[in-house]
Amino acid sequence: MTWTIDDVEMSSRLVMGTGGASSLSILEDALVASGTELTTVAMRRFDAESRDSVFTMLQRLGIRVLPNTAGCYTARDAVLTARLAREALETNWVKLEVIADEDTLLPDPIELFAAAEELVLDGFTVFAYTNDDPALAKRLEDAGVAVVMPAGAPIGSGLGILNPHNIETIVSRAQVPVILDAGVGTASDAALAMELGCTAVLLASAVTRAHDAHAMARAMALAVEAGHLAAGAGRIPKRPLALASSPFDGMLAAQ
Amino acid sequence: MTDHEHSPTIVLNGARHELPGATSALDLIADVTGRELNPDGTPADGGRLGIALAVDGEVIRRGAWSDCTLADGHTVDIVTAVQGG
Repeated sequence: MTWTIDDVEMSSRLVMGTGGASSLSILEDALVASGTELTTVAMRRFDAESRDSVFTMLQRLGIRVLPNTAGCYTARDAVLTARLAREALETNWVKLEVIADEDTLLPDPIELFAAAEELVLDGFTVFAYTNDDPALAKRLEDAGVAVVMPAGAPIGSGLGILNPHNIETIVSRAQVPVILDAGVGTASDAALAMELGCTAVLLASAVTRAHDAHAMARAMALAVEAGHLAAGAGRIPKRPLALASSPFDGMLAAQ
Repeated sequence: MTDHEHSPTIVLNGARHELPGATSALDLIADVTGRELNPDGTPADGGRLGIALAVDGEVIRRGAWSDCTLADGHTVDIVTAVQGG
């Protein structure tokens, strides 16, 4: 039931982001409740006034960090951010995020691909946040990224999985793990991602901005596990009309 | 220091920052973070620092901080992990 990246075995298929929580203590509680073993952080200028360190907290909790390049609009900025993250956090893993504009926060395919190529050559294990585009996903895989991460819907939108057919197509053609990233609003979205065959689900806002982050974290953990089990269990085919589950033989007939 | 020599001024994380004199990247990071560092850039307390540094857009590896002398006009960025993603 585990999945593996670079020989690192993980049991939880829920990758949590740390963004959106109103405090570190709420975040910590949600992370623990989610059972996540991998969580994203952003890289920003050091602020001496800010005494609370998310990095220190994650070390204490024993959760692996996946630095991201959130906020970068160009391959150049994303590559620099990834290199800074590698140096600061001592990991080759990076969630590559190169956005096109601040309204949609959707990936810029051209810059994303250029950055992916450069980072792969530089020895990074690239988790590429991408559009739900099967063609681009395949190109990223061919460029050597370790994980393809299509968006279900724009970041923070909570709209769920807008194009499940594309996600299914990406999964069916991928030789690398596919992680549904962004757009998850509630537990059924996470379950659907897993039912479509994703290896894992990455989410943040759905938990950290929920009214009860702890309860939603738990819900997501269960949904991801349920969806993964269901995907492997082999669902019944959909049919237009009913198929009785009770036998008709031996029916009583009223006089 | 003679009169015509002034303290080097760098741009640190987007703001002007005057250095007390010849300062290495290692000195600056120790000063900014308030942590004592070994010459190889690791914290003296044995923990992890979680900090990276770029000078004029180029990442300086931790082991090279002590040899990196900051000069007038350098743009220096010191970054760390924050909540996100």
